[in-house]
Amino acid sequence: MSVLARLGRFRPLLRHRLISLVPISAVILVLPLLFSSAYYYRVAALVFIFAIAAIGLNLLMGFAGQVSLGHAGFMGIGAYAVAIGPIHLGIPPLLSFVLGAILSALIAFVVGRPILRLKGHYLAVATLGFGVLLAIVFTNEANWTGGPDGMTVRQAALLNWPLRGAETWYWTLALSFLIGAALALNLVDSPTGRALRAIHNSEIAARVLGVDVAQKKLMIFVVSAVYASVAGSFFALLNGYITPDVSGFLRSIELVAMVVLGGMGSVTGSLVGATVLVILPQALTSFHDYEHMALGLIVMSVMIFLRGGIVPSLAGVFGGRRS
Amino acid sequence: MAEFLQFLFSGLTVGAIYALVAIGFTLIYNASDVVNFAQGEFVMLGGMTTVFLGYAGVPLPFAAVAAVAVATAVGLALYRFAIETAREANAVTLIIITIGASIFLRGAAEIVFDKRFHSLPQLFGSDPIRIGGATILPQSVVVLAGALIIMVSLWAFIDRTLFGRAVIATSANRVAARLVGIDTRIIVGACFALSAAIGAIAGVLITPITLTSYNAGTLLALKGFAAVMLGGIGSAVGAVVGGILLGLFEAFAAGYVSASYKDAVAFLVILVVLFAMPQGLFGKATIERV
Amino acid sequence: MLGNLKIAAVLGAGLATALAAGPASAQVKIGAVLSASGPASFLGDPEKKTLDIYVEDINAKGGINGQKLQLVVYDDGGDANAARTFATRLVEEDKVVAIVGGTTTGTTMAMIPVFEDAQVPFISLAGAIEIIQPVRKWVFKTPHTDRMACEKIFADLKARKLTTVALISGTDAFGKSMRDQCIDVAPKAGITIATVENYGPGDSDMTPQLTKIKAAAGIQAVVNTGFGQGPAIVTRNYRQLDIPYPLYQSHGVASKQFVDLAGPAANGVRLPAAALLVAEKLPDNDRQKPIAVAYKKTFEAKTGQPVSTFGGHAYDGLMILTEAAKRAGSFDRAKVRDEIERTKDYIGADGIYNMSPTDHLGLDLSAFRMLEIKNGDWTLVPDSGS
Repeated sequence: MSVLARLGRFRPLLRHRLISLVPISAVILVLPLLFSSAYYYRVAALVFIFAIAAIGLNLLMGFAGQVSLGHAGFMGIGAYAVAIGPIHLGIPPLLSFVLGAILSALIAFVVGRPILRLKGHYLAVATLGFGVLLAIVFTNEANWTGGPDGMTVRQAALLNWPLRGAETWYWTLALSFLIGAALALNLVDSPTGRALRAIHNSEIAARVLGVDVAQKKLMIFVVSAVYASVAGSFFALLNGYITPDVSGFLRSIELVAMVVLGGMGSVTGSLVGATVLVILPQALTSFHDYEHMALGLIVMSVMIFLRGGIVPSLAGVFGGRRS
Repeated sequence: MAEFLQFLFSGLTVGAIYALVAIGFTLIYNASDVVNFAQGEFVMLGGMTTVFLGYAGVPLPFAAVAAVAVATAVGLALYRFAIETAREANAVTLIIITIGASIFLRGAAEIVFDKRFHSLPQLFGSDPIRIGGATILPQSVVVLAGALIIMVSLWAFIDRTLFGRAVIATSANRVAARLVGIDTRIIVGACFALSAAIGAIAGVLITPITLTSYNAGTLLALKGFAAVMLGGIGSAVGAVVGGILLGLFEAFAAGYVSASYKDAVAFLVILVVLFAMPQGLFGKATIERV
Repeated sequence: MLGNLKIAAVLGAGLATALAAGPASAQVKIGAVLSASGPASFLGDPEKKTLDIYVEDINAKGGINGQKLQLVVYDDGGDANAARTFATRLVEEDKVVAIVGGTTTGTTMAMIPVFEDAQVPFISLAGAIEIIQPVRKWVFKTPHTDRMACEKIFADLKARKLTTVALISGTDAFGKSMRDQCIDVAPKAGITIATVENYGPGDSDMTPQLTKIKAAAGIQAVVNTGFGQGPAIVTRNYRQLDIPYPLYQSHGVASKQFVDLAGPAANGVRLPAAALLVAEKLPDNDRQKPIAVAYKKTFEAKTGQPVSTFGGHAYDGLMILTEAAKRAGSFDRAKVRDEIERTKDYIGADGIYNMSPTDHLGLDLSAFRMLEIKNGDWTLVPDSGS
């Protein structure tokens, strides 16, 4: 029996929902061998942070089909929670982290119910307004947030292990990303996930099938908000400094671009989208004054030629299955 | 009373600016269901091109016409190379394409122009008009008039000409339009060109008030988009009303509530309106097919 | 599944190659992280142009300590996160000897930990006082603090017997920081701040805020803290509303272009600014005159744009750095740092610097001159004894 035929016995395993995490984990383990300095670790750390936020947004946009142009607002909540907690309220950083996520979930719950009744572009502008509102609050409430100049963020420690140094962050964030991705993949494959996809396809049909559309949409909105909050908290802790543009309009657009570029409805796609948009500005510096033109051109070209996003389009080419 | 009037005039000034920018979104959306986030860049191009041609010695009226022509060409190029090539793409993909286009255009403006602020002379001089203890600039009236004229022209164009009917047909059902012999590519392309032209005209008219710079387009697109959704996307009247209302909300918030939070207040009001009228003020109720 | 594996592998390889640094070179590298694009590009662009012009100039004259300089510039777009990534890149990958940069306070503060950890001298081009207070071993700055600008304005107000003031500020970092400092400094200077108004840096009409100021009782003067286009619009609106009190702008206005944009409305406006703006009008015995005039002429000739005090900060930063390297005789980071700290009586475009272990800025109030705009041009106001 040929090797390939013998390997065929493993075929059923290949259909497991978490299988896409295996090659990703392999790359994560091997990549540091190529890193020649802390700079690469840092860039990879940023990729993981944005990938986590993108996965959350992808659950909302790619699976449930709801658009959000204000998602960076939740990143801001997580980021400022971890900044304000220790300095102004005396709450230890990790507890602030958790409280930030809870706060984001609560705000998403309260704001989500009315907002999610809107559809399409109207939902987009409502979420946009939400993000802008949060950014304005962060900019103006200087006594808490340090205002437009931002504020320092105290270092966190995981069970007495200080979270500092690009390498530590790389492994911490890689692990967090994998956990987040695994949870998302599980969610997508669950009855809830199928309900979400039904809603994406047609809300009325889903309702006819007995899906509580409003409740499911709200639930996924809350989940995606928590992902963004977690990413935001990590962001603040990694940088040791946070400014209000963490929750700005341009940041929200960046997140949407990551999701769409990578492939809506694909968790791997979120990682790819995050990688592209974090690395491009670094890679394009050699273009000097032309770097923004190059960035715009690349974004347009990818979207024009890889219409469904990078991962789904490439997966189609390689004959693989969408994950 | 004088204070209230001044806030009103300020709101009308800023509102007229938003209205003029917002109209540009309407036509493209009507023809192709695309929200063109590069619309702000067309406004910027109109203003900056006029300014720089002016520096180069071109008399301003000709510079303005040339600027509108340049923007129209860019709009056509955007359609031909980006949107048309990506047909069949879904709405979000198209939005990202227009966002990519706006980044590209801003990047080009960085290099072709410069990074400083520029202005144009006001059309009727800078002596303010005084009414009831408050003042308004003549240019604000020009912008307001411009918005109304364009709105009426657009309405007449869409409703009264054959070309306009073709636009309506294209937006209702593209395939059906093609079946009755309408070349939808020309229609949508023309709408892009027209929107770019409207954007550029807006840029020329508002620059004497707002000043302009290579990245002036971003904030204008943001506010224009909010205005257009408030008014109900797809309606030119809605765009103008939405823009003026947004300006008024901001001015009254700045005057009576808190200037730091005026943008937040304005957005809050938009949200409240949308909860009550999910299609915007003048938006058509959409029928959802199952 | 195979598709995913291939994608992952391709991307991983892509990640590593895309980030591969250029070939190593024996030149001395000086790093800069500037906001040449984005909301702070009004400040960052002249800074970048200045560094480009003068590094080339220094190299044309033979370099420093016999070595040519290579300028490695990154554009952070005003984003603190991007700045920090570039800071790490400069230190780890490009292995620069020192950095001149950090256009805004936010980007500077985000980068400081990187440079302090790596022990690389950093000369910041941002305004806020907390960059150098508390003093950090490796961090210096060249621009005057906004606190000094407030003190200068208040001294002039006092001299004109105007003590009740209204403040109108941009909500951007520059505007807000200076507003806070002015509020803090006012009591000591004998000034009462009666009203405070704000506007967004991208706003096109400030008449609501100015209307409220006009209606407030007892105001004798108005101070506008902000940068970019805001001050020009405020000035125009000010005249549109016929507000009778004197208007003061801030050093954020930075260049002659403000006068052009504000038009006839700018007549009578006063502001504190570096000598650079009025270089040719300085009295001949002014020690700053030769350097200021030289920089102004070079900048204007090479860029075709009016000189900007923000460009002047970059010029001073670069020169202080290279002078320190000359004195140290080497590019050893610790030695260069020590020499920067020992900068004494250095005549720059923006002021005369005297640094010390407790003062990493080195400027005092005399670095600011009070200017008044008359008939579309700057004039020097005789020193009001500050």
